[in-house]
Amino acid sequence: MVPSVAVLLLWMIVPLVMTVWFSFQRYNLLDPSVGGFAGFDNYAYLVTDPDFWVSLRNTMVLLASVLVITVGLGTLLAVLFDQDFPGRGIARVLAISPFFVMPTVAALIWKNLMMHPIYGVFGAIAHGFGFEPIDWFAEYPMASVILIVSWEWLPFALLILLTAVQSLDHEQREAARMDSAGVVAQFFFITLPHLSRAISVVIMIETIFLLTVFAEIFVTTSGGPGNATTNLAFLIYARALLQFDVGGASAGGVVAILLANVVAFFLVRSIARRLEV
Amino acid sequence: MERSLTQRALITALGWGIALLLFFPIFWMVLTSLKTETGAIATPPQLIFRPSLSSYIDVQERADYLRFALNSVLISVGGSVLALAFAIPAAYSMAFHPSPRTRGTLLWMLSTKMLPPVGVLVPIYLLFRNAGLLDTQFGLIVIYALMNLPIVVWMLFTFYKEVPNEILEAGRMDGARTWSEVWFLLLPLTLPGVASTGLLSLILCWNEAFWSLNLTSSGAAPLTTFIASFSSPEGLFFAKLSAASTAAVAPILVFGWLSQRQLVRGLTFGAVK
Repeated sequence: MVPSVAVLLLWMIVPLVMTVWFSFQRYNLLDPSVGGFAGFDNYAYLVTDPDFWVSLRNTMVLLASVLVITVGLGTLLAVLFDQDFPGRGIARVLAISPFFVMPTVAALIWKNLMMHPIYGVFGAIAHGFGFEPIDWFAEYPMASVILIVSWEWLPFALLILLTAVQSLDHEQREAARMDSAGVVAQFFFITLPHLSRAISVVIMIETIFLLTVFAEIFVTTSGGPGNATTNLAFLIYARALLQFDVGGASAGGVVAILLANVVAFFLVRSIARRLEV
Repeated sequence: MERSLTQRALITALGWGIALLLFFPIFWMVLTSLKTETGAIATPPQLIFRPSLSSYIDVQERADYLRFALNSVLISVGGSVLALAFAIPAAYSMAFHPSPRTRGTLLWMLSTKMLPPVGVLVPIYLLFRNAGLLDTQFGLIVIYALMNLPIVVWMLFTFYKEVPNEILEAGRMDGARTWSEVWFLLLPLTLPGVASTGLLSLILCWNEAFWSLNLTSSGAAPLTTFIASFSSPEGLFFAKLSAASTAAVAPILVFGWLSQRQLVRGLTFGAVK
């Protein structure tokens, strides 16, 4: 236990301390003449920057939307794929495939092959029905990013929830049916309570990854148009490696860590009650 | 359950319809990769065409796919093995010699996973630059191992919890030392769990794009970086883009298909039994 916890501790503490340290410094990689203690200037600059508040909102919108879509649809699909039908095994493997596709590739496929206004499949379908094709990333940038990220994570939710549904006691359902409970009642009073643990596992793991979505935005919109799809992760990236403003980026990093801790606090608390440790 | 024929037909249609819908982008990517460049951007899209492998050959010649793929394999396997090497003793002592602080430590470790990597990007970048680790395979292996360590420890912990303590005690009676206890008793008993943990770690490493995009440029760059380079104006060559994407995804996709059953066990943290 000692070595690996020590490693984790170092891994967390050293960069954390450095981030906090830099966030109080004037530090620009391009301009070595600027330096010294900055006090709270970097933070003041950050909170007065409208981009920052937009990025904070975008981060939460992305997190909440994808969670609702994947958990909601995932539950329904888990019930569907629990039914017996011909070729179910193959259909299931096809449905979970997007989870294995790397985010950069997912973003590229959707951007160029699906949603491209001229050559994309969506455009072709719109043409077929006589509509004007939509330039998705220009007109609905956030919705487009949410669509891509949901496509990646829906199979994950499905995979976990399906396993949970399959462990449901069939006799229990049979009994409910005998008592003439309808399909909807069975779903709400038997299936859903049974799934609560699995759902909290899905929410926990997805939150970990959704707070830090980067590749999908980097590849498709680069945070744009304007700042419409800039989340906190992308904002800090832009500060640090595009504007070389280490001080400002570090201040953003400290805020990101605080945000993660707030979310983690509530989440870990509610999860801890459900998991037996 | 008894179902009418129409109900069965409806469920079959719905199940297959949704599966094909979710899989469609991947199918379309493979299809496009087999077209010529002019065929790939034809409107309306071609459905019947003569498949050709020329895009794959172009991609390999221009970007040296094999070198990136080799980096991906090396870094993913290296990172996962290193993470397991740290996690196995940690999970062992937490599961079998718990202290009052074990529960808190576990939760704290998991919460560290929620810190966005950007929060520590700048210090890590500067540390790497000063230590000469930028654009090296070793640097990424270390980062990936550390990145996955909390989840790996968690999963191993839940698997170890299922092993009855009496078995290990019997081993200890027979004079087994701690290391042989872990190596000859615990590891064989929990091999499926360790395997699924390793699998998940491997998939996460393979698909990781944040650190690889920021810490490598060419020498040690894995497939995620290779693919990102196709999003530049070059990316307008749709057939080549699709060929490169297919080549980058295919190994892990096939791997995922083959291992999905083992994977599920690990992903659920043992919470779904």
